[in-house]
This record gives sequence, structure tokens and C-alpha cells, in this order.
Amino acid sequence: MKKNKRWFMFISLMLVCVLLISACSGEDGATPSTDAPGEDVKEVRDEIKVRINSDPDFLDPHLATASISFQMILNMFEGLLSPNTDGSLKPAIAESFELSDDGLTYTFNIRDNVTFHNGEPVTVEDIQYTFERLMGTNSGEPLSSNFDKVASMEAPDADTFVITLTEPNTNFLYSLTALEAAIVPASNDDQHNDNPIGTGPFKFVSYSPGVDLVLEKNEDYWNAELPHLNKVTFAFQSDDQSALMALQAGEYDLTSVPAHRIPEVENDFKLEYQQNNSSLIITFNEENKPFDDVKVRQAVNFALSKSDIIDSVYSGYATELGSNMSPAMGKFYLEGLQDTYVNDIEKAKELLAEAGYPDGFKTKLTVSSHNVMYTNVAQVAAENLKQIGIDVEIDVVEWGIWLDRVYRGRDYEMTAIDLTGRPSAYDILNDYISTNDAENFFRFNNAEFDQVMADVLLEPDVEKQVALYQRAQEILAEEAAAVYIADYQVVWAMDSALEGFNMYPFFFLDMSELRFTE
Amino acid sequence: MAYIIRRIILLIVTMALVSLITFAVFQVMPGDPIRIMLGPDADEVQIETLTKKLGLDQPLHIQYFDWVGGLLTGDLGQSIRFSKPVSELVIDRLPVTISLTIMTLTLVVLVAIPLGIFVAKRKNKLSDVVFSSVTQLGMAIPSFWLGMLLILYLGMNFSFFSVSGYVPWSTSIVGALGALLLPAMTIAIPQIAVKFRYVRNAILEQLQLDYVRTVRSKGITEKFVMYKHVLRNSMIPILTIFGLITAEVVAGTIIVEQVFALPGIGQLLITSISYRDFPLVQGIVIYITFVVVFINFLVDILYSILDPRIRLS
Repeated sequence: MKKNKRWFMFISLMLVCVLLISACSGEDGATPSTDAPGEDVKEVRDEIKVRINSDPDFLDPHLATASISFQMILNMFEGLLSPNTDGSLKPAIAESFELSDDGLTYTFNIRDNVTFHNGEPVTVEDIQYTFERLMGTNSGEPLSSNFDKVASMEAPDADTFVITLTEPNTNFLYSLTALEAAIVPASNDDQHNDNPIGTGPFKFVSYSPGVDLVLEKNEDYWNAELPHLNKVTFAFQSDDQSALMALQAGEYDLTSVPAHRIPEVENDFKLEYQQNNSSLIITFNEENKPFDDVKVRQAVNFALSKSDIIDSVYSGYATELGSNMSPAMGKFYLEGLQDTYVNDIEKAKELLAEAGYPDGFKTKLTVSSHNVMYTNVAQVAAENLKQIGIDVEIDVVEWGIWLDRVYRGRDYEMTAIDLTGRPSAYDILNDYISTNDAENFFRFNNAEFDQVMADVLLEPDVEKQVALYQRAQEILAEEAAAVYIADYQVVWAMDSALEGFNMYPFFFLDMSELRFTE
Repeated sequence: MAYIIRRIILLIVTMALVSLITFAVFQVMPGDPIRIMLGPDADEVQIETLTKKLGLDQPLHIQYFDWVGGLLTGDLGQSIRFSKPVSELVIDRLPVTISLTIMTLTLVVLVAIPLGIFVAKRKNKLSDVVFSSVTQLGMAIPSFWLGMLLILYLGMNFSFFSVSGYVPWSTSIVGALGALLLPAMTIAIPQIAVKFRYVRNAILEQLQLDYVRTVRSKGITEKFVMYKHVLRNSMIPILTIFGLITAEVVAGTIIVEQVFALPGIGQLLITSISYRDFPLVQGIVIYITFVVVFINFLVDILYSILDPRIRLS
């Protein structure tokens, strides 16, 4: 028995040792960050650590959907075209393109000397492969419905790629950026998620779930002047409080900060205010009573105070909206709609009485818990609506449940959500709202709106397109399709030596021109 | 030997039960893993393709049996959220959580036992009263708030401490200590507050027993009485408590890893639940069950070492 006891002791000691050793053996291959010492007179930092709220959904650009993923991976990928900082499109892998007079055939001239991160040159076969993968031509597993109206694709020579559509679509070019169709090498088939290869200014180094995504400079980038940084680490940290402290402790060089924390960082860091181009809305299930009545929706619009919400939720750092379109969209934006419903309680009560609810009613506002912003908005809204007799019960649910119940199931009365910005005016207006969009969770139904959105796709003249987009915005405002509250600003705090921070009207942290000045 | 076999059977039964309960919870929990991951902008066509590819169009019980089948061949399956093998994700994060757990337990043992002895020797004196009142405070502080305070007062003032993230031991031992010490303190302080009272009471109980009087009457020094006789005899109830707190520490790491952005098992568990990542949740739950059962097994062995009268039977 005595022997047995020793034996047990020995085993337990061994186990403790194993645990300790496994504890110590962490990640291997961590590279020391010291550069070759002082040949240069002055050493300028060339590595950056950027805080990102959470992991990407996929690294494969054709599978990735969440805006947070593109915020990072757009540094690795390019499409035939690239989005500009003003939301317009610029040439990328395609050096130029021509559109036939019937608006059906796009002919792209492919830029020479573009290579993938694995060293292979970009060929028309790779481009063909990219679109076929997205369309599921060979696999039967389509990944995108953007190319349903493509009639044919061909490569007449090694530098030309031709796409023909079945009907004109003025929004089609927007499906050719890396957001929708990043060009990837055919030779990397089945590996796009584990070892992503693109043509962008940075290439993939490693991804540790929950920890970070590391990229390094693409030395062979076709634009030889870019990028400036050698290494970019996107570190995942969902907690704003911890992120702020890590910024102050010098662990991060760049992070977004909540607007109410600005005073804590404005002295020591450089701040940039990004017009997000998203729209925070409170919307309704418009097929059911009472919100099927436009007067009720207008009453809610009059009762809600946008400035109350902007002050309490965004500390004032937001722009009032009148429709789904934000001023960030430049010429497409129709000025003045934000004043369609100026806070007016009497007017709201009148409209409610006309609609047959003189004493108001009871309703439920369902919001997701994944962002505290929604709960805050809901609380202000509930206070506002109490004044006209609408008794709002706030129901906070998990993001997964919100998607299931509200977004998919359309089993809700009111909800608050921020619709993410995109570079395309068409996508901004059409998604979620038009009846020909499957994502229409408002169940907004307006024949004129649908017609305008159909017409704009066929309209070749840009000025006329703008007029149609502006009419669409008017309809949304008149019909009170939702309460369009605000486009809030994302406040970026960064190391004061950083320069070249570009802001886009959608989620993209462009690292290519960023550099340290000291 | 029979004892070990019984323990192993118990372990398997416990793990099977826990995984069945997880399965049952997933049956009633709403939410689609692919939609949660991709958000509202997802293309319906893509959702359909992915759902089919990952086998999520199968009923959950089929997915479960597939998973059990894989488990029997040592395959924990593939995480939906991270598109990586579950075993790889768990193993990657083990060092963090194990280091944190060991460090916390060390802190608790190093502080709670001496403190308990110290206070026991001064029963009903001022220091006893003071410490006992401080205990109440230590027990009442929620760990996420304590974590914030530690970050604010220690993390911000001493560059040794890192307030977020993790440095592997292999990269820098000092860095790893700096990253883990604050979180370990966050979990340890409330535990110490509770546990040193157990130590105090266990010792006081022993001190009243006849054998102590006998030993003292032999003229042996008080120190010898305390450390050779009393402490060893009071270890049995103390050990039981420490076995229990290991489970609490494992639970504590779940919250604290969130606060300090430590990429450990707890953080992974929370992520996997909110993303409805069934294979990943199952994998982690199985792992945690294993750890807790295994620790209890270790405690049983230690009993027999401390008190040879206890037999493993």
C-alpha cells in the first residue's frame, strides 16, 4: 500500500509538470520585433497595431460578409475596380474599361505587372476563375447572387476580359470591387480561407482566432510607392474600456473610441472623425397594425427627437438624417429631408388621433444586445413616445435571436438597427426596403419606390440617376418608411505620429498610405 | 486499480451527460450560426451554400450523432465560426487558461493559508475582527469590477502589467507574468477572502481537540504544535474546499478573460455560445468537465497522502 501511495504521488507530480510545460510552450515562432540596429540616422517605426472589435467571419473574400472583416481584408485584396475615399470607383486590376452603347458589354483592360502574393502573375484565367467561383458555375455552389444577370464572360486575349449582361445595370460596376469580387488565384483553390492570397498592398502572415490577424508588406505591389508600413497587426478586443486603456498604455497605435470618451484621449492622441455613411433607424413592421398606417409612422417621426438621441447616444457626434442616405454620399444625397419631421408633439398627437388611436397604444421595441447603442436609443425613444401615449416595452435580445426573430422571422413591432454604409447609392437605398429585395424586413411596400429603383438601373445618364435616387429618398421620407435618425461618426484615436489615414464611406481601414512620421 | 476504473467510468458518464445537456439546450436555443456570423448583409445564395457545405441543414440530432461518432475516433469536429478544427482552437488557448488557473490557485494558497493561520492564532483579537470584516468586502466585490479597479490603479501606473492581451511564456516570461498577474489577482482576491476563513475555522477546531492539549503538555513549542500537528490535521477540510474552488476558478476565468482580453478557453466559450457554434461549445464543455472531474480525482489522491487512514476504495 505504501508503495502504491508513492506511485500516486509520482503520477500526480508528473501531471502537474506536464501541465506546467504545456502552459509554457505557448505560441512558437514569435518574431522579435527589433530591427537591425542603427544604420539609419533616425529610425522610423514601420509596424502598427490596430485594434479591431472582433474576429473576421472569413478570410476568404468571397465568403466574408461582415463589414468588420472587410475593414481588415481589403488590405489584402483588390477587384477589377477599387472604391475611392469619396465612394466613387477607381481602376485597380483593370487599368481601364469600356461600356458598349447598349449598356450590356463591359470590356476591361487588365493591368500588366500585377502579381499575386505567391508571385504568380494575374491572368485572365484567374479572373475567369474568380467569377465562376462566385457564380458556382462549376461547383454548383454559388457564393453570390450579384452575377445572376451575367450572360457571358470571355477573354479574347491575355490582357482583355469581357463581361456581357442580360440587361443593363448601372449598379453593376459596384459588384466588381474587392467587397464583392476580389480577384483570387485559381491555383489557391480550396485554400482561400486558410491561406488567403490576393493582390493587395499587404499579404497574409497569420491568423490566430480571438487574438490577431497579421499582415506584412507586399514588396511586389503594382503601385511601387505603396505601402509604407512593413507589418500590420489587427488585434481583436471587443471591450471599449480595455481598448482605451491599451491605447493609453501604448499597446495599440490606432483604435476607435466611444464619443463620450473623447475628452480622455484628445490631448495625447490624434483624432479623426469618420462619417460612417450608415443610418441608425427605428423601424416598424409595416404589414401589421398599427404601423401599416402611414399616419402612425409619421406620428412616431414627429414624436421622436433626433437631437435627444444624438446627444445622449453619440454625445453629439452624428449627423441628422431624413432618409437612408447620408451626406457622406456626396451628390446622391438630398439635402433638407432631415427636417421633414421636426419634433412636434401636438402634431404627432393629431396624426395619431386621425389614425384612430387618440389614446395611443402599447407596443414593443425589440433591440439586439450586441451593441449597447441600441439599448440606449431604445430608452430615449421610449421616453419620447410616452409623450404621445405610445407605451413602449423594450425587449433586449441576443444578436442571434434578433436576426432570427426580427430580421428573418419579421416577428416584431418596432426595432432599432444601424444599417451599414456601402459605396453604392443603389445598394444603400434598395437593400432592406424595396419589395424586390429579400431582405426587406420593414415590409415597406410602395409601388413608386420600386419603380424608381428599377428605372435607375436602366438609366445611363448619371445626372438622371442622381435625380431618381433623390426621388427615392423623398418617398422614404414622405412615407415615413422608418424613423431615419442619424449617421454617427466613428472617432478614431491614433498615435500622433501617424499620417495618411484615409477614410471611406464604408468600413475599411486602409493601411496602404498610413505611415509614422517619427 | 478498481478505484481508477470506477473514476474513469464516472468521468465518461459525466461527460456524456454534460454533452447531452448542451445538446438539449441547443435544441431549444434560437439562432442560426451562419446568419449570426455573416450578419444581415449576407447573400441568401451564400447562406444556402454554406449551410449545405457545413452539414447544418441536417437535423441537430444527426449533427450530434455525427459529432459523437467523430469524438470516438478522436475528432472533435470543425468550428463553424472560425473554420478551424475544434481541437486546434482549444489547444491554442489552453496555455492561457491553465497558466491563469495555476497562478490563481498559487496566489490563493500562498495567501489564504498563512493568513488563516495568522488570524487563528489571534482569535477574537483586533486583527481577527478587522480581517473578518474585510472578508465581507472581498466577497461582495464582483470580479469584473475588481478587474477594472486593478487595471486602473496597477495596470495604468506600472508598465510591468499589461492590461489587455497575452504574451506567450516562450516570448517573454516577464511579459507573460505581467499579462496574467492582474487577472489572476482579480479571481484570487474574492477566493482568498472566503477561503482564509475556512482555514481559520479548521485550525481553531483542531486547536480545541484533546491531542493538542496532550502535545502541548509534553512541552513542545507552539510553533511545532501548529505546523507539525494542527496544520496537517486541518488540511483535510481545507483540501476539500480547495478542490471546490478549482471549479470556481475555472468559472472565474470565463469572466476575467473577457475583461482582460485574454485569449483563453473562457473567452472562446462565450464566443462560441453567442455564435451558436455547436461543435466548438461541445468541445469546450467536454474539456471543462474533464478538468473538473480530474481535479477532484487529484484531491482524492491527496487525501490519502495527507491522511493514510483514508483508503482509495
